[in-house]
Amino acid sequence: MSNMRSLTFDAIIIGGGGAGMRAALELAKSGKKTAVLSKVFPTRSHTVSAQGGITCAIASADPEDDWRWHMYDTVKGGDYIADQDAAEYMCSEGPKAVFELEHMGLPFSRFDNGRIYQRPFGGQSKNFGEGGQAARTCAAADRTGHALLHTLYQNNLKNNTTFLNEWYAVDLVKNANGDVVGCIAMDIETGEVVHVKSKATVLATGGSGRIYASTTNALINTGDGIGMALRAGVPMQDMEMWQFHPTGIHGAGVLVTEGCRGEGGYLVNKDGERFMERYAPNAKDLAGRDVVARSMVMEILEGRGCGEHGDHVFLKLDHLGEEVLSKRLPGIVELAKTFAHVDPAQEPIPVVPTCHYMMGGIATNVHGQAIAQDAEGNDHIVNGLYACGEAACVSVHGANRLGGNSLLDLVVFGRAAGMFIESALNEGIEYLDANEADIETAMKRITRWNESEGGESVPALKRELQNIMQNAFGVFRQEDNMQKGVQQLAELRERIAKAHLPDKSGAFNTARVEALELDNLMEVAEATAIAALERKESRGAHSRYDYPDRDDVNWLKHSMYFPAEKKVGQRDVNFAPKTVDMFEPKVRTY
Amino acid sequence: MSKLQVSLYRYHPETDSAPYMQEFQVDTQGRDLMVLNLLEMIKEDDSTIAYRRSCREGVCGSDGMNMNGKNGLACITPLSAVVKNNKLTLRPLPGLPVIRDLVVDMGLFYKQYERIHPYLQNDTPSPAIERLQSPEERDKLDGLYECILCACCSTACPSFWWNPDKFVGPAGLLQAYRFLADSRDTATRERLSELEDPFSVFRCRGIMNCVAVCPKGLNPTRAIGKIREMLLANAT
Amino acid sequence: MVTNITNLGRSGLSDWLLQRASAIVLALYTLFLVGYLLLNPGLDYMAWSGLFDQTWMRIFSLLAFISLAAHAWVGLWTVTTDYLKSTGIRLVTQTVIILAIFVFLVWGIQVLWGA
Repeated sequence: MSNMRSLTFDAIIIGGGGAGMRAALELAKSGKKTAVLSKVFPTRSHTVSAQGGITCAIASADPEDDWRWHMYDTVKGGDYIADQDAAEYMCSEGPKAVFELEHMGLPFSRFDNGRIYQRPFGGQSKNFGEGGQAARTCAAADRTGHALLHTLYQNNLKNNTTFLNEWYAVDLVKNANGDVVGCIAMDIETGEVVHVKSKATVLATGGSGRIYASTTNALINTGDGIGMALRAGVPMQDMEMWQFHPTGIHGAGVLVTEGCRGEGGYLVNKDGERFMERYAPNAKDLAGRDVVARSMVMEILEGRGCGEHGDHVFLKLDHLGEEVLSKRLPGIVELAKTFAHVDPAQEPIPVVPTCHYMMGGIATNVHGQAIAQDAEGNDHIVNGLYACGEAACVSVHGANRLGGNSLLDLVVFGRAAGMFIESALNEGIEYLDANEADIETAMKRITRWNESEGGESVPALKRELQNIMQNAFGVFRQEDNMQKGVQQLAELRERIAKAHLPDKSGAFNTARVEALELDNLMEVAEATAIAALERKESRGAHSRYDYPDRDDVNWLKHSMYFPAEKKVGQRDVNFAPKTVDMFEPKVRTY
Repeated sequence: MSKLQVSLYRYHPETDSAPYMQEFQVDTQGRDLMVLNLLEMIKEDDSTIAYRRSCREGVCGSDGMNMNGKNGLACITPLSAVVKNNKLTLRPLPGLPVIRDLVVDMGLFYKQYERIHPYLQNDTPSPAIERLQSPEERDKLDGLYECILCACCSTACPSFWWNPDKFVGPAGLLQAYRFLADSRDTATRERLSELEDPFSVFRCRGIMNCVAVCPKGLNPTRAIGKIREMLLANAT
Repeated sequence: MVTNITNLGRSGLSDWLLQRASAIVLALYTLFLVGYLLLNPGLDYMAWSGLFDQTWMRIFSLLAFISLAAHAWVGLWTVTTDYLKSTGIRLVTQTVIILAIFVFLVWGIQVLWGA
């Protein structure tokens, strides 16, 4: 590969969403030679679709609010497998990170006193669950993700960050010692493949909701970072934990923010009954997302679903009035009209639980350093590799993420990774250069596609993968079905390894990108499936008919999926926050 | 039900000396698909077709294109809104260099966006909490900050076609005003002085093509008018 | 900021203002002339030349001519910068335009005061 061009950076950030750009901003300010490598122009990243807000105890709606209450909610929401030191870090650092965003120009909505507007979201409480519903989600109308992503991009422009836009990272490059020393990337516009050398490689590639047939996720959410890490032998944590958002628009999958229920909307079944009162008498429609999603599926399975096929429920908003809808939820009104053909001011929106968020991912510490395990189950750092955002599993979300916590996760841990990498670079990092063979290894996959001559087509295989995941690894799971799913995935992997890329041209070859994405979807799907089969309990978003209860004796643990052996191990959950007493696992009710 | 006649702009820089239109017959089975879904159907059979897409819900701004003569986002434009006489012609956004098929080089568009310094500037020290802003002050940003940089407006603007290197264009000017209108921004004078030349703002002739095509229902022409008012107030 | 030296005021704002102010003068002048013609159906040379013998009419006319010159220059400068992308051709065209406008303006003054 001696004829391949190479680029050298102190740090390369793969992914131009909220987490990647927050990390980049920190590094750009430090003057380190940094680049953000993104397969889309950064403001097209999926962070742009986040609606409801960023949850953080900035004590605006309630001057008495306390980050410890937020931490309690987060740990409880995660069904007690969130790492408490990480949740502590996120909730206590959060206000700083949110105020920084405001200073950067994020156009938050406001209260009359001029402070940032906060709305109630699911799973929020005051006084450690004793003080009733809290309003802790800072919002810019219902376009908070858009406002946040654009603000971060704008401030990266201000700080002269280098962007490699419309570049696609193919695989990580490891040196002979197993340190990550860069990646192979393709300039999509020309098709040129380049070796990117870097002392720090940050995977901020977001989620992978496209492993499911029905998802709120953008078409680009194909788990590229997860795929790259798995192929590099990095284990994945808690991959069975996928959040199904209660309110995806039926048929289209488009997200309708939890903020709708925060503003006073509620779900009804075909009898017009507000059924969440039965499942969560206190929090009702603002229970944890896993609880609401399961309740909806129960309603549908028990024949109380709405519509001709009884396959969805309704989200009622008309009682909120035009004023609230146009002021607080203007984007939702637009989306409902476009994708459900209803005006929420007149009619309810048909909704159904839809795959939304990957709680699992690359295990990291609070500095974004990737963590692997040795054969004895001891943690060790993967040199040179970092992750933040949805691709990472710090883990602050445990088995179920609270609404509004993903945007906070992005900025807090993007920032933390940036700060840590800056100091690490200052201290000096020297890794062995990658040799020809190392680069060859990282090139294997793209070479395979480029040399493919006949075989099945990418879109058909992708659809098959998505259907397997949808059928066997949805809201409710059970052994036999999952066994079958794992089997089908194993067969699919063989077929994908022989699939065909007909278009071998260079310039803006989206077919090649989609082929490379399919490999990543396959990695994520298999990790999810095998981990889901292994976790023999119900916890958070992972609900099994055959193991309906939480099993704290055996499974108050993270799962760790090891790609080489395709085996699942366990990793201890952190119960040692630094400044507060730990939260003991309790029965989780709302 | 007869098949939909789709006429698609094709150009591959490595093999085509000139662009051409390729015809497809698509059986939509009577469904009112979004234009993006239609493109996906066509691409399943011919993977060489290139276009950008991401969120598929009208917030990322990737899939701006020209559909039967009008710019818009393919993902939120239902066939029923654009198809005429069972025919649909899809072209790249006009006025920007074509990279391949429906993919245009947005470099000039982004350059104009960057030129207006699209970030908050405030020369006072940051407070320990957020900067306060009244709801009324914040209301002034509505209709401005929602821009998704899809370029539908600027590429529908003849002034931008003729002077893409000098005229900021409706998208950039909407953002210029977004910061001029922000009560937290203190660089008003500097921002205005950057805009008073004969091209940056004043090439706008107020024909409102931008307003007609904006998929988010924003009004760049009004924002440009406000900038002119501010320039005038500043100069007199 | 775009710097371009061949426009009139070197500022888009002054050009824009000039364009609008001159348009108002031209509109008033046109309205006056149309009104005058309508109110004087049997207009003969004596009356017409009498009108232009009045000093206020000469000043009004001169103002209109200057407005026309400025309006035409700003407008045509804009048109040439839109459509003529070669600097050489644009410069030559602009020179011809400005010469023509100058000639028409001087000629106009001569017509007004020369008789």
